[in-house]
Amino acid sequence: MDLALAPETLARWQFGITTVYHFLFVPLTISLAALTAGLQTAWVRTENEKYLRATKFWGKLFLINIAMGVVTGIVQEFQFGMNWSDYSRFVGDIFGAPLAFEALIAFFFESTFIGLWIFGWDKLPKRIHLACIWMVSIGTILSAYFILAANSWMQHPVGYRINEERGRAELTDFWQVLTQNTALTQFFHTMTAAFLVGGAFMVGISAFHLARKKHIPVMRTSLRLGLITLIIAGLGTAISGDLLGKVMFKQQPMKMAAAEALWDGEAPAPFSIFAYGDVDKGHNKVAIEIPGLLSFLANDDFTSYVPGINDINKAEQEKFGPGDYRPNIPVAYWGFRWMIGFGMASLTIGMLGLWLTRKKFMLAPGLRTGEDEVPNLVLFKRKALSPRLGKWYWIVALWTMAFPLIANSWGWIFTEMGRQPWVVYGVLRTRDAVSPGTTTGEVLTSMIVFTALYAVLAVIEVKLLVKYIKAGPPELTENDLNPPTKIGGDSRDPDRPMAFSY
Amino acid sequence: MELHDVWFVLIAVLWIGYFFLEGFDFGVGILTKLLARDRVEKRVLINTIGPVWDGNEVWLLTAGGATFAAFPEWYATLFSGFYLPLLIILVCLIVRGVAFEYRAKRPEENWQRNWEQAIFWTSLIPAFLWGVAFGNIVRGVKIDADMEFVGTFWELLNPYALLGGLVTLTLFTFHGAVFASLKTVGDIRGRARSLAFKLGLVTAVLALGFLIWTQIDTGDSWSLAAMLIAVVSLVGAIGAIKAGREGWSFALSGVTITAAVAMLFLALFPDVMPSSLDPEWSLTVTNASSSPYTLKIMTWCAAIATPLVLLYQSWTYWVFRKRIGTQHIADAH
Repeated sequence: MDLALAPETLARWQFGITTVYHFLFVPLTISLAALTAGLQTAWVRTENEKYLRATKFWGKLFLINIAMGVVTGIVQEFQFGMNWSDYSRFVGDIFGAPLAFEALIAFFFESTFIGLWIFGWDKLPKRIHLACIWMVSIGTILSAYFILAANSWMQHPVGYRINEERGRAELTDFWQVLTQNTALTQFFHTMTAAFLVGGAFMVGISAFHLARKKHIPVMRTSLRLGLITLIIAGLGTAISGDLLGKVMFKQQPMKMAAAEALWDGEAPAPFSIFAYGDVDKGHNKVAIEIPGLLSFLANDDFTSYVPGINDINKAEQEKFGPGDYRPNIPVAYWGFRWMIGFGMASLTIGMLGLWLTRKKFMLAPGLRTGEDEVPNLVLFKRKALSPRLGKWYWIVALWTMAFPLIANSWGWIFTEMGRQPWVVYGVLRTRDAVSPGTTTGEVLTSMIVFTALYAVLAVIEVKLLVKYIKAGPPELTENDLNPPTKIGGDSRDPDRPMAFSY
Repeated sequence: MELHDVWFVLIAVLWIGYFFLEGFDFGVGILTKLLARDRVEKRVLINTIGPVWDGNEVWLLTAGGATFAAFPEWYATLFSGFYLPLLIILVCLIVRGVAFEYRAKRPEENWQRNWEQAIFWTSLIPAFLWGVAFGNIVRGVKIDADMEFVGTFWELLNPYALLGGLVTLTLFTFHGAVFASLKTVGDIRGRARSLAFKLGLVTAVLALGFLIWTQIDTGDSWSLAAMLIAVVSLVGAIGAIKAGREGWSFALSGVTITAAVAMLFLALFPDVMPSSLDPEWSLTVTNASSSPYTLKIMTWCAAIATPLVLLYQSWTYWVFRKRIGTQHIADAH
């Protein structure tokens, strides 16, 4: 069969499209749940109305976003069976368990408490209502943990044995699957990357309003929260990325060699800034490099040996039999760079922002601003940025919203495509994982249907987000400020309209 | 009783939970067209399930995930085999979830009408297709010696399975109407009751036909007992709604769903997906199941998590126990 339409190719494209799309909503859901919960906590503790307005504003954007995350997640639960039935048969004994845990523990948590939170403003006392959004947040984090443990097992299978008689892999140590260093570092990295998305989202939208001098108290607070989140998450992403890189150098050297387009092993090995090469011949034509840095990233030692693509390919051929064990090198190489580049760019813009909008530190008293003023953007102690440059900072900050999303997507594309030709590294090849019974027509149909549907929904979602972003934080009503004291709502006025209704 | 038998029961429980809960919210979605006289009444109906539909749907995801973990072969054969029907169901559930969340987020009439249409169709189609799917599972489909589904999409649309689809469709709509009568106040409540009664009669005729057909084809004495419970409770549910006992009627329509699903699973056991080509090739609780170790871990997880889920989901229903009428719907879009 023509390779372009082979079921494996189509099934991979479909998985790529539906999963990358799903993951546009996931990190924002994870981070905004916690940030909204934080803002609501501030409201409950301080009774400062700006926090409640911020909670309502970010909460609404959170809900528009999570709706998409939830519905696109449904596909993930069934897609393995539909397009990857041989994968499911072979690893279901292991891979199914964290998925079932995720559903039983995390999904129920998330979905039940989000309903309580959305509709609960006039039905729950305020502390219980606050607890609900925290429950949602815990649910999103647990969900991430279980699914990442499952993915980590595909990256680095542990705690299993091969049952020859049944022709499948079987679980022998679930604890090891949940706590192996791949799972823990990947969880650390994905969580920090998620908060990078949420931090940048808050910074971008706050910048949009502050540049227009609108909704200042709420947006000022949000900007600061966003910047701090962005910076902590950005540093965390860098640290966890370094840890994960070291783990991957040991567990999947091919992926990391591909990430660097390091064709032949070197000691010391350089870090590549730019490379353009010939995949068939297995070498780079152009390469700009920093000597020794790759050795350091891999082994904490500037002079150590790092094996190259050609060496590892040869070693894997000896181990697993003849074949090409190289992933798509340009995708791995550039995916790795887009991930780091966009992630670190957002961190830099965040650090710059926190410095420019600082409250007092190294700031002349005349340039300090009050709670209801747009912060001055001040580079040196006494010198604010010119209005023109200041305007540029707000515009750059707005666009930064997209950076961590691009970084997240490329990170996943890199780590998944970098593992090829394996679906479970060293255990099961991707081409052996597809459903043998499904036809090209079926897979093509579902791919077209999902892609078209997702494209339409993306337009709808983005337009809604823009509408509610532009609308800004809502004015508070009498009912907002007088939450019920009894579970189920007060009985004062039985005919009062619901605080929130579909 | 070995662990794979326990998991057969637990999978049945998850599907019962799903059909019991999402059954009425599918029903309510369908009733937005059959029962509501105007836009405000539509909103009353939608808001009766507003806080809970998402949690209800997770029962399906859990059934899917648990099948993957406990019976990987079943999961693989079922979802790769019933590819197109599942695709349609997934598309419906995606659109449905977005429809609930986004419908009221814009004031334009066109926007809201489109999402209302979506809510109706995306409730109706899965309500029908789940019955078709289960009809086929129980009846048996073409499965070869490698556990691969080798039938076609059109073969899934056989009379028995289609009847199964009509049963779930009407049963869920009836269940939804009873739920609506229990959760609304005012004019719509009375109309929900009388519509429920009529729907109940239609459901009874179809369900009786389908269950007897099932019993004759694949039943045993256990499934007969479940069938009798289903039939008696359905009659009871219809009688109760006629008498205006909404709570009783809802409980009994819930028992009907429980017993009917239980009957299908009893008729299946010990198969999970019988092969119509050769009984030797059927997927069973033994040849489709995971290793005892995996099942043991899963059992612990289910034993701890499921009661908690039931507890906090019940609490949600208690929090939102008040009936909703047109007066509770705010004017602003």
